[in-house]
Amino acid sequence: MALRYVDEFRDGGLAAKILLRLKKTVHGLEPMHFMEICGTHTVAVFRSGLRDMLPEAVRLVSGPGCPVCVTADEDIDRAIWFARRPEVIVTSFGDLLRVPGSESSLLEERSRGADVRMVYASYEAVKIAQDHPDREVVFIGIGFETTAPTVAAAIRQAAAQGIDNFSVFSVHKLLPPVMRALLDSDSLRLDGFLCPGHVTTVIGARAYEEVARGYGMPCVVTGFEPLDILQGLSMLVDQKRSGRHDVEIQYRRGVTWEGNPAAQKLLEEIFEPADAAWRGLGSIPGSGLAIRSAYADYDAARRFSIPEIRVRENPACRCGDVLRGVIRPPECPLFRKVCRPQTPKGPCMVSSEGTCGAYYRYTS
Amino acid sequence: MREETIQLDHGSGGRAMHALVERVFARAFANDFLQELNDSAILPPASGRLAMTTDSYVVDPIVFPGGDIGSLAVHGTVNDLAVSGARPLYLTAGFVLEEGLPMAVLDRIVSSMAEAAREASVLIVAGDTKVVPRGKADKIFINTAGIGVVRDDVRLGGGNARPGDVVLINGTIGDHGMAVLCRREGIAMESEILSDSASLNHLIEAMLGAFPGIHVLRDPTRGGVATTLNEIACQSGVGIRLHEEALPVREDVAGVCELLGLDPLYVANEGKVLAVVPAESADVVLEAMRRSPRGRDACRIGEVVAEEPGRVFLRTRIGGHRLLDMLRGEQLPRIC
Ligand code: SF4
Repeated sequence: MALRYVDEFRDGGLAAKILLRLKKTVHGLEPMHFMEICGTHTVAVFRSGLRDMLPEAVRLVSGPGCPVCVTADEDIDRAIWFARRPEVIVTSFGDLLRVPGSESSLLEERSRGADVRMVYASYEAVKIAQDHPDREVVFIGIGFETTAPTVAAAIRQAAAQGIDNFSVFSVHKLLPPVMRALLDSDSLRLDGFLCPGHVTTVIGARAYEEVARGYGMPCVVTGFEPLDILQGLSMLVDQKRSGRHDVEIQYRRGVTWEGNPAAQKLLEEIFEPADAAWRGLGSIPGSGLAIRSAYADYDAARRFSIPEIRVRENPACRCGDVLRGVIRPPECPLFRKVCRPQTPKGPCMVSSEGTCGAYYRYTS
Repeated sequence: MREETIQLDHGSGGRAMHALVERVFARAFANDFLQELNDSAILPPASGRLAMTTDSYVVDPIVFPGGDIGSLAVHGTVNDLAVSGARPLYLTAGFVLEEGLPMAVLDRIVSSMAEAAREASVLIVAGDTKVVPRGKADKIFINTAGIGVVRDDVRLGGGNARPGDVVLINGTIGDHGMAVLCRREGIAMESEILSDSASLNHLIEAMLGAFPGIHVLRDPTRGGVATTLNEIACQSGVGIRLHEEALPVREDVAGVCELLGLDPLYVANEGKVLAVVPAESADVVLEAMRRSPRGRDACRIGEVVAEEPGRVFLRTRIGGHRLLDMLRGEQLPRIC
C-alpha cells in the first residue's frame, strides 16, 4: 500500500512552514471560526495534535458529520425493535452497536440474546442472509454519501440474486442539506466550511456551490492528512481576508467538480431524498435517503410494521449543541463526569469519530 | 471414508478418551513426566524463585496466517513467564473441545503446540480434556499454565520505570491483530499479513544476559502498545512519550488500519516485548536484541519523563502532541 505517499502529507518540516505562514497571515486579526463538518477531520485534527498548534485566530468548530452521532434516538430504538424479534439478525457497522437508545443499545440487546452482528462491509450482510435462508437479515444502513453507494450496491446485488430475506433500514444522511440547515439557524457564527474529501469524491465539489454563493460561506474541500487540513485552513483564511466565498478544492488528488457519476447513478436508482430526523437538529427536509418503491421488498421500514416509538431522551445530554458547534464538549455538564467512552450518555461519546469521544481520548 | 471427528465420548473418561490421550496428546508432547500419565506430574526441584501463570485462548479463527490457537497458547504463556524475568520450564494444557471438531484439525493444533514447546525449550507435563456438546463452545478452547524460575539478580516490575529511561520494542507493531482480523473478515491483501506469534524467552534471556538491570518488560498483547505503556506509566507514576516517526509499523498493517479507522498502537501483538531500560544501557540491550532472531528489527520508540505522571503521549510527525489513552471497549472500525 502506498504509505510513503501518505507520509509526505505528514511531513513535519513542511507543516512547520505552512504554520508559520498561517501565523503571519492572521497576526492581529479577529478570530475566525471554521467548521470541520466531518468526524474524520475532527479525529485527524486531534490525532495529529494540530488543534494546539493552530494560531489563536484560527478556531475549529466541530460539526455534525459523524453519522453515528447524528442518528436520532428513535432510529436506534427502531433498530433495537428489530433486534428483539427472534427471526431477525441485525447487522451494522461498528460503533452504531454501542449507541444508547431510550433504554438500551444493540450491544446490550446482544448480551441478552439478540442476534446482532457487526460487519465491515454491507455485502457481508447479504452473505449472512444467503447463509441463513430461514432468518430475516436487517442491515442498519448508516453513513453519508460515502457509504450509501455501497449499501445501494448490496440492495441491487440481493435483488439480482433473488435473495428475499435481506432488507435495509436506511438512516443514511446527506451532507449539503444539513450544512444549509445549520446556516439557517442563527445560533451559529461561522466563517467557512472545511468540506470532507471522501464525501465529495462521490458528490463532487459543485454540490457546495449553493452554500458558498447562497450563504456567502467559503468552502474548501480538504483531505484528511494533517498537511491537507493545514492547507485547507489557509485557503479558507485567504478567502476570508479577500472577501471571497467560493468553493475550492484542496484535495485535488481525490476530488473533482462532478464527483463519481457511477456512484451517483447507483444512489439515484435505489434511493430518493427524504426528510430525516437528526439528533439534536430535528427533522431536516431532504436530508436523508429512503429506498425507492421499486425496491420496497428490500426496505425494512416497509417490510415490517414498526410500532409507533416514543423516545425518552436524556434531558441533560447536550449532544445537539455539540453537533451544531454551539458548545464544545467540556461545556456539557455530563462530560468526563458520567459521560465517558465506557459509559456513554450520548452518541458523540460513543463513536470513534464523535467530537466528545475525540476530546476525551486526545486531551487531558 | 467419513472424516473422523470429536465425539462426546472422547471426554467421557472411558476407553475413547484414553485412546485420544494416547494417540494425540501423549504422542505429540512426549516427555518422561507426561509419559507417567499419573494424576499430577512430579517434577525435580528447581533453583531460584518460582514464577507461575495461566491463560486461556479462545481465538477465532483457530488457524490464522502465521500461526494457530495451539502455538499461540504456548507462546502466550511462555511470554508471560519470560517478561517476568523467568526461564519457562513446564506447561500444562487443558482442552475444551466442541463435539464435531475434525480430528485432523485437533492433530494439527496439537502438533503445532508441540513444535512451539520444543522451540521454546519447555515441556508440556500435564493436561486435561473435556468435550462439550455441539454449540456449547466454539470448536476449541485451550488453557495453558506455566512454571518457570527467576534468576536472583533480576528484579523486573511494572513499577520500576524512571524518568530518563528509554522505551524499546523488538519489531513491528500490530501484526497479530491485523492478521487475525484480515482472515476473520476476509479482507484480501496483495501479500498476506502474518501474525508475529512467537516465544520470546530466548530473546529475553539474551537481553537480561546483556544487562540484568532492565527495569520493565511487558508483552503488548490485547490492548496493544498504547494500553500496555499506560499500565506501566500508572504503576511507575511516570509519563511516557512516544515518537510517531520512530514507531515501526509494516506498510500493509498501516494501510489496513487506515482503511478501517483503527490505530495500530491499540492492535494486539503476540511476539513483541516492550522494554524500559536506563538510557546508558539502552545500546547494549538493543544490540543484544538485534543479534537474536526475534529482535532483528528492535528499535527505540520513546522515553520516560517526569511530567504528566500516569499518562502516555505521542509526539506526532508534524510536531504536535496527543494523549494516548488506554483502550476502552473493543476497537471498532469506523464507518465513514
Ligand atoms: S458529553 Fe456526553 S452527553 Fe454531553 S454532549 Fe457529549 S456525548 Fe452528549
